[in-house]
Amino acid sequence: MNQYEHNGGPELSHEEVRRYSRHLIMPEVGMAGQKRLKAASVLLIGAGGLGSPLAMYLAAAGIGRIGLVDYDVVDASNLQRQVIHGTKDIGRPKLESARDRILDINPHVRVDAYPVPLTSENALEILAPYDVIIDGTDNFPTRYLTNDACVLLGKPNVYGSIFRFDGQVSVFYAEEGPCYRCLFPQPPPPGLVPSCAEGGVLGVLPGTVGAIQATEAIKLILGVGEPLIGRLLLYDALNMEFSEVKLRKNPDCPVCGDNPTVTELIDYEQFCGMPAHDRSHYQHGLEAEETVPGITPGALRERLDAGNEVQLLDVREPHEWAISNLGHLGATLIPKDQVLEQMSELDTAQEIVVYCRTGVRSADVIRLLRQHGFARLTNLEGGINRWAEEVEPALPVY
Amino acid sequence: MPTIRIPAPLRPYTENQSSVSVGGATAGKALDELTQTYPALRQHLFEGNALRSFVNVYLNDEDIRYLDGADTAVGEQDTLMIIPSIAGG
Repeated sequence: MNQYEHNGGPELSHEEVRRYSRHLIMPEVGMAGQKRLKAASVLLIGAGGLGSPLAMYLAAAGIGRIGLVDYDVVDASNLQRQVIHGTKDIGRPKLESARDRILDINPHVRVDAYPVPLTSENALEILAPYDVIIDGTDNFPTRYLTNDACVLLGKPNVYGSIFRFDGQVSVFYAEEGPCYRCLFPQPPPPGLVPSCAEGGVLGVLPGTVGAIQATEAIKLILGVGEPLIGRLLLYDALNMEFSEVKLRKNPDCPVCGDNPTVTELIDYEQFCGMPAHDRSHYQHGLEAEETVPGITPGALRERLDAGNEVQLLDVREPHEWAISNLGHLGATLIPKDQVLEQMSELDTAQEIVVYCRTGVRSADVIRLLRQHGFARLTNLEGGINRWAEEVEPALPVY
Repeated sequence: MPTIRIPAPLRPYTENQSSVSVGGATAGKALDELTQTYPALRQHLFEGNALRSFVNVYLNDEDIRYLDGADTAVGEQDTLMIIPSIAGG
């Protein structure tokens, strides 16, 4: 890792020497290593679950320049895991909140904020100034984009990914080993793998995974130890097990193989068949799906008040029903995966309004039931959360 | 019997089992037996009779694509691991 070796490098002030004392007394870091950290620059894609511990530990460790890419604002539902943000930050841009916290931890850090979605148009320019790139994003298109940009620029990509109780970490560095596409040549079909927003995530999990990513980034910069290049670390928090598999460079890899076919950034939303972020104009997946008739919470309230017979079908999981439900309006619960088995309990002739948390799963159920002869199905737009916000504030939004 | 480790995103189809013991002398046969026990899992792993391209299967710590693919021999003490694509962050 000669590229991270700096002869001499920036000097450390007395205050910095005191601050980094526990590093300086370790032979693996020492004065030379700490100067290397100060001279280094790291870019974090995403200032969310993984980005939070990453930014805080890298700042504390004395990385000289930290770039952050994230356009989102802090939401109450982030605080269960995104520890760089606090309750007082709800509604603030994440990068403002993150910058304040980083500079509080270590005022010697230069923070570069990129409050934009990472796209094929801006990625190479944003990544170019940094020594190490860290992938802490939350969607497949941005992961493939980050990978390809790192391969094209010859930069190491410290990868981490989380879902519920499971985590994955590796260092994809095409100059020395495999890239993300060598492991996952194709993205899974849209809809097969739920996001954390859909599937949930243990709040501590990104702390563990992000701390491992930060460790790998620091090792790369110091040039010490054995990096996770060519190895995928798998963390199962539920069973508390770490396992490791070997990754090989795929000679047929379209981006880092012997005869690459991807030589510039492509349209990653089209490649993955899904939007990368909620500001995306990507519509393919939506257009491809059959649209379903919907009803707003207000209109449903009026119909119920007028005495219309409407059967309410809740297709969420029982643990979600426990958070909020419309049982008081006669709703029945049949989780999405059991709808086909239990559809005989439903009356094909009666009008059924189907709902879930936000209206996505219920639309899927309607498409499915239509194939089985149900004609009078309507989707509650925005799900029970929008119902709670607009009609029944006594219910919580989750 | 070899053991197959089931990743979290696929556990809804295996009655939440995180590992399942199966028969079968090759990786392909073992996975085939797994999907006979849990038919709803099949469409996530197979396209017709072939493993889907985004499904990564490891015998112990080696990718079966670099061994003999679905014909890779598996022994009694071996573990097959399905490694999922996850994207959360």
